[in-house]
Amino acid sequence: MKTIIEAKNIHKSYPMGKQTLHVLKGVSLKIQTGSFTAIVGASGSGKSTLLHILGALDKPDSGSVEFQGKDISRLSAAQLNRYRNQSVGFVFQFYHLLNELNVLENTLLPAMISNGSAGYLKKKKELQEAATVLLERFGLGGRLRHRPFELSGGERQRVAIARALINKPALLLADEPTGNLDSKTGSGILEVLNELNRGGQTIIMVTHDLRIAEMAGEIVHLEDGRIVEEPKIK
Amino acid sequence: MFAWKLAVRYFRNRPSSWLAVAAVALCTFIVVVVLTVMNGLAFDFKEKNHLAVGDCILSTDSLVGFPDDPNWLTLLESQPFIEAVSPAILGVGLVTQPGADWNIAVQFLGIDPVRHSAATGFGRSLYYRKNQPHLAFVPSYAPHEPGCVAGIDLAGISRTSQGTYLHPLQQMPIRLILSSFPLTPRGAMARGGTDLVNSKTYYLADDSHTGIPQIDGSMIYLPLEEARLLTGMDSPFPRISSIHIRFKSSVGLQEGVEKVRKLWTEYLNSRRNHPYFNLLEAVRVQSWLENRRSRIAAIEKEQTMLILLFLMLGLITVFIVFVIFYMLVGHKSKDIGILKSVGMSKVRIAQVFLNFAALIGLFGSLLGAAGGCLFLVYINPIENWLFEHFDFQLWDRTIYAIGQIPNQIQPGFLVSVGLAAIAACLTGALIPAVQAAQKETVEVLRVSQV
Repeated sequence: MKTIIEAKNIHKSYPMGKQTLHVLKGVSLKIQTGSFTAIVGASGSGKSTLLHILGALDKPDSGSVEFQGKDISRLSAAQLNRYRNQSVGFVFQFYHLLNELNVLENTLLPAMISNGSAGYLKKKKELQEAATVLLERFGLGGRLRHRPFELSGGERQRVAIARALINKPALLLADEPTGNLDSKTGSGILEVLNELNRGGQTIIMVTHDLRIAEMAGEIVHLEDGRIVEEPKIK
Repeated sequence: MFAWKLAVRYFRNRPSSWLAVAAVALCTFIVVVVLTVMNGLAFDFKEKNHLAVGDCILSTDSLVGFPDDPNWLTLLESQPFIEAVSPAILGVGLVTQPGADWNIAVQFLGIDPVRHSAATGFGRSLYYRKNQPHLAFVPSYAPHEPGCVAGIDLAGISRTSQGTYLHPLQQMPIRLILSSFPLTPRGAMARGGTDLVNSKTYYLADDSHTGIPQIDGSMIYLPLEEARLLTGMDSPFPRISSIHIRFKSSVGLQEGVEKVRKLWTEYLNSRRNHPYFNLLEAVRVQSWLENRRSRIAAIEKEQTMLILLFLMLGLITVFIVFVIFYMLVGHKSKDIGILKSVGMSKVRIAQVFLNFAALIGLFGSLLGAAGGCLFLVYINPIENWLFEHFDFQLWDRTIYAIGQIPNQIQPGFLVSVGLAAIAACLTGALIPAVQAAQKETVEVLRVSQV
């Protein structure tokens, strides 16, 4: 299978008061197209930082990330915006929806940004139909005009997934997508992710819960900023 | 489009945005009301001075005047850019009434009322003979007696506390004795002994209201030849003190004045051998603005000071908007992180906040301007009501030569104030908008998760 994204010897540290916290200590990782990979680790192991670097939300101190063979550290600011907008979709633990927009508008957000004013107006009907189909698929057909604070946690997360998928990104990055949900709702979200993966969507999911990680096809263990074959803590 | 959509939603949903709108509206309201009144007063005052003088004036500071040359006046009148020309004689004297034991120092202006009305606003300033200048010096109660016109305040017309002059139905029969010292062209007394002073009795035919207190309170208008006799400007050759000129409406003020200056220089060069060339040399050719500069400068200075004060008010608006946006960007950190995570550029993030600021400026200025216009429309009834119920008046009309509070709304001025309000909001929001654009995605999302 073809490699979609590859991290090479990633190092990342943060200043913590007078000290420096070395979060990632030479992480290398290859993700294949169409795979569902779970990155598992304890709190503070650097799994979210790694996901942010893969999604170009953060920059590594050293090392590189290649997406479909291209080093994303060499991309200009505009190209990085395009990468975040069209190549990857992000799902966050706390949903991160805009309260000022309704469900349909939140879902359309990346499409509005990528198409610009004129482009969006031209394709408005087509894009709204695509977003509606996506939301109906996630059981939110009756919630299109609702605002995020009118939805349950599970519904909000499904809107966040729909938003991440509206521009049909090659890679879906999910940071603890069930971390803020009860187990039943969380299972529903995982089922959605599995279904997407079965449809060919490449997914990288970060979680601290091994039982959730086991639902993914591949598991990468991150411990103290390094990838390990056999984790000490299970 | 999205930047506008989000800006509109922020604007609608944030209570702080309505506070900012209120601040902008208040500033706009104050600026619109105060500057409209002030500009109205200044415009009114300038226009009154313009009407009193005409477009252009040739004059001398000397009380002995300068030679009155009919050829020169004919030359002026034949110019295609000139509408009307009026020679005048300005003198000083004392006025009293028969049998009275008082006298008042006055100025008098000798004019041909028809010519002077064509060149200035004299005809319009009359009360009983308004726009009938040929009758200006004909007393209705004594048509065959020599008549004069007095400034409205000098004529003793009473005035209500709201500024309205109360004229009798007809001109009251009043006799005025005007005395003046006739002077030779060299400035010496023209007569000696007991006949030193020229005195003549005139019948008050009308009053003149120019709206300029210095003129209305001390000026008496006489026929030109009468003034010439009183001032001694009839010998050894006829003299005048000034020539008032009105240009054709198509001629610009400076253009007209320059043309008259050129003509005067040529005329002056042709009169070098005149025995009183020094009197001609002392004549200045001025536009009405230059001639009345000393009077107008004070009100212009007040206008400048007010504009400076309002610039400070504008700075306060900028600061209020800055504070509101600084807090808003702090509250909206999560949104900024979300927008960046889905690929929105820094410029467009800044644009969201600048659009928001523009909306605040737009709504604030619209509300302020609308409130200001409404207040200006009713400013005079409001002042009348305050005066009737609380004895409050903005200007004491018995002292100030102001009738109604000027409330002429200028659309161009309103647009300028609105644009300035939007610009102030954009300026205030600029730094917070740039800060929003510079926020690190991961940082703000991580903080908002905590």
